[in-house]
Amino acid sequence: MTPPLEHDYIGLSAAMEAPEKVPGGEEAHKLGLKETELRLGPPGSESPERNKGMGLTLGLMPKSFVSGAKRGFSDAIDGAGKWGFAGGAGSEDGAGQAGEVKKGQNGVKDTDRGMAPAPKAQVVGWPPIRSYRKNTMATNPSSKNKDDAEGKQGSGCLYVKVSMDGAPYLRKVDLKMYCNYKELSSALEKMFSCFTIGQCGSHGIPGRDGLSESRLMDLLNGSEYVLTYEDKDGDWMLVGDVPWEMFTDSCRRLRIMKGSDAIGLAPRAMEKCKNRN
Amino acid sequence: MTIKKKKEIIDDGKSPENRLSLFPDEVLERVLGFVKSHKDRSAVSLVCKDWYTAERWSRTHVFIGNCYSVSPEIVARRFPNIRSVTLKGKPRFSDFNLVPPDWGADIHSWLVIFASAFPFLEELRLKRMTVTDESLDFLARSFTGFKALSLVSCDGFSTNGLASIASYCRNLTELDIQESGVDELGGSWLSCFPENFMALEALNFANLNSEVNFDALERLVARCRSLKVLKVNKSITLEQLRRLLMRAPQLVELGTGSFSQDHSLRTDGELEVAFNNCKSLHTLSGLWEVSSMYLPALYPACANLVFLNLSYAALQSTELAKLLPNCPLLRRLWVLDTVEDKGLEAVASNCHFLEELRVFPADPFDQEIIQEGVGTGVTEFGFVAVSEGCPNLQYVLYFCRQMTNAAVATVVRNCPNFTHFRLCIMNMCEPDYLTNEPMDEAFGAVVKTCTRLRRLAVSGLLTDRAFEYIGTYAKNLETLSVAFAGSSDRGMQCVLEGCPKLRKLEIRDCPFGNSALLSGLERYETMRSLWMSACKVTIDGCCLLARKMPRLNVEVIKEDENDETHAEKVYVYRSVAGPRRDAPPFVLTL
Repeated sequence: MTPPLEHDYIGLSAAMEAPEKVPGGEEAHKLGLKETELRLGPPGSESPERNKGMGLTLGLMPKSFVSGAKRGFSDAIDGAGKWGFAGGAGSEDGAGQAGEVKKGQNGVKDTDRGMAPAPKAQVVGWPPIRSYRKNTMATNPSSKNKDDAEGKQGSGCLYVKVSMDGAPYLRKVDLKMYCNYKELSSALEKMFSCFTIGQCGSHGIPGRDGLSESRLMDLLNGSEYVLTYEDKDGDWMLVGDVPWEMFTDSCRRLRIMKGSDAIGLAPRAMEKCKNRN
Repeated sequence: MTIKKKKEIIDDGKSPENRLSLFPDEVLERVLGFVKSHKDRSAVSLVCKDWYTAERWSRTHVFIGNCYSVSPEIVARRFPNIRSVTLKGKPRFSDFNLVPPDWGADIHSWLVIFASAFPFLEELRLKRMTVTDESLDFLARSFTGFKALSLVSCDGFSTNGLASIASYCRNLTELDIQESGVDELGGSWLSCFPENFMALEALNFANLNSEVNFDALERLVARCRSLKVLKVNKSITLEQLRRLLMRAPQLVELGTGSFSQDHSLRTDGELEVAFNNCKSLHTLSGLWEVSSMYLPALYPACANLVFLNLSYAALQSTELAKLLPNCPLLRRLWVLDTVEDKGLEAVASNCHFLEELRVFPADPFDQEIIQEGVGTGVTEFGFVAVSEGCPNLQYVLYFCRQMTNAAVATVVRNCPNFTHFRLCIMNMCEPDYLTNEPMDEAFGAVVKTCTRLRRLAVSGLLTDRAFEYIGTYAKNLETLSVAFAGSSDRGMQCVLEGCPKLRKLEIRDCPFGNSALLSGLERYETMRSLWMSACKVTIDGCCLLARKMPRLNVEVIKEDENDETHAEKVYVYRSVAGPRRDAPPFVLTL
């Protein structure tokens, strides 16, 4: 079965797609590869080398790492200060999980907060939780302190949930175990690699293509995925824009999201930084 | 200062009714002054004209459950000596974003009338009203003896408005902001309390996020020796909380702020000492980011706790199990479903006097599955467990994702004294997950067994049968909330015909149409209000209702231009003030 090809919005197909893709299944909106894809980025920035063999499907199946990148989070980490995002990818991200789209909620505070992950359908006003409680709980790290008792006395741990669009479940990481963005990023790459590659052997060990770790890094670097985090105020920010300590202080949860959803995040990160200092 | 009235002289001293008029009015008023409940006062006022008169002169507190049911002018005319007003505005479903912004319920026009009619107004308690900074400023400047302001679920104001209150209300004893939508323009409002101001007894700013000047707060707490209620916000650290507690060991209600890890805290022992001093605490809340290593510091203060609000604290079952044995007198407990069924088992083993339990969902929308298999909230097991250990339960609010008819029947068998039963199965139209049947029998059991039931909220897959049960058995029911339920008009009809004490009926997304609406013709004047949204009611149906019942206000909120006939949201309420004069364009008054 030919995996469905996705055309970016200007009608060019993903010419570079390699044949070996995981069959999509019905819910697949395949992300085509995109040398031809439109994206934003300063002139001269080029898509890093991409892995063409990795087109995968959405939904509960592992996602495709489409290249053409955008600002993979390692670019952000390096403080490159520029970012791009995948244009033209027509698939609905949120549709992957449950085939439904979040309907708008009228709560002003919710919409102001930007991208809250909402994999399931939401109906206005259901469940009947007051806006105040919704907003307060959303900025609460409900799992963050869960492991304090298990963690070391005194020094504490800083567990945050990490979700990845398209992955069937979340992971948790202890931010205190890392000293900088690079360490965090490689840990996450390892953790989520089994979602990104067609078949996983055992945990995170690359599957059939025998990818090495460094190839994995390239994957994420070259991907249209960006790493974002929700801060204390409930805003979603791009990871890497602020100093590491400030990040661990304010990070409540992490989300590996599609680049196209990350529009508008970076400037706010910078503004916030300025406002704080 | 009571405004004296002229004594009315009644000419014919012959009729029996007149014997009452020989009873001096002043004495009658004095006696009636002891009658506090507004229901009793209403009854008193209906006895005879003299009693009506005595009652209106002696009433100092007025409660208005729907601000549009009466006008401020009418209130001022009838009650000359009001010191305290409680007002509720928007329909309750506005809490869940079902009412568009700028709908109304603005306090300002009330304040203007009150400023001339009740210059000695002392207390104002508002719920779901719109309050602007301008109104707050007007309030602060117009009423010199003003003492208590409570804003619950209100919106429209910023911290600047609070600055006005702090600056000008010299006699302020209570400032209580709860669950309100406040525009945060900084924390400097707290510093506006004058340095010689000492009257404060209750301060609740837990809702606000901005950092306040801690020194100003500490000084305020130190000099207000009568302070009984203090609920601080997230910006207050543990160390700062410790210092406040050392200043105010007499506190009766405490909101702790985030209670999270604080490196500036000197030693844990010091925090415990501070809590140990607080022997009078009976209400504890806050704990938003509670770090479990600090929880034990609280234990010494819990011995007399009656109300523990952990509904913002993501506690695990083990943490709750360790905390509860220290609270033997607990009557009211609010928790998050992070405690899971095991946590509720701990409640059952420890809280024998429990009367009220509320379990809120930590993640109502994000139905994430965490790999480690960690919690999905509470289930029917926890519910049953609590009912077995806490036979005095009267009030329950329970958010869960699955439930069975049998479990609910068991719960009410164990606890037949429920007055408030609010079960929210969060998955819409979810049947009994074991039998796949509708949840009709569950609520049937509730209304059959709990004869004192006054408030009911239903959920899950429900047919008309559930409503037949309600109409047949729930004879004391006053408030009913229905969502995504019922099969036909008959459901709503059963309730309207069967529940004589029904006052508030709120319905969303049910297949009830015009004939259901019109079946309540005779009921609506005895009720406070009816809300129906996303049902099958049409504008014509509403017009018919409005025509037949001229003393009702029948309002339709219309936002969708396209569908001419459908009445998206209908709000019907009795009123002596006539149709609203301040209705926005999307509210059609029929």
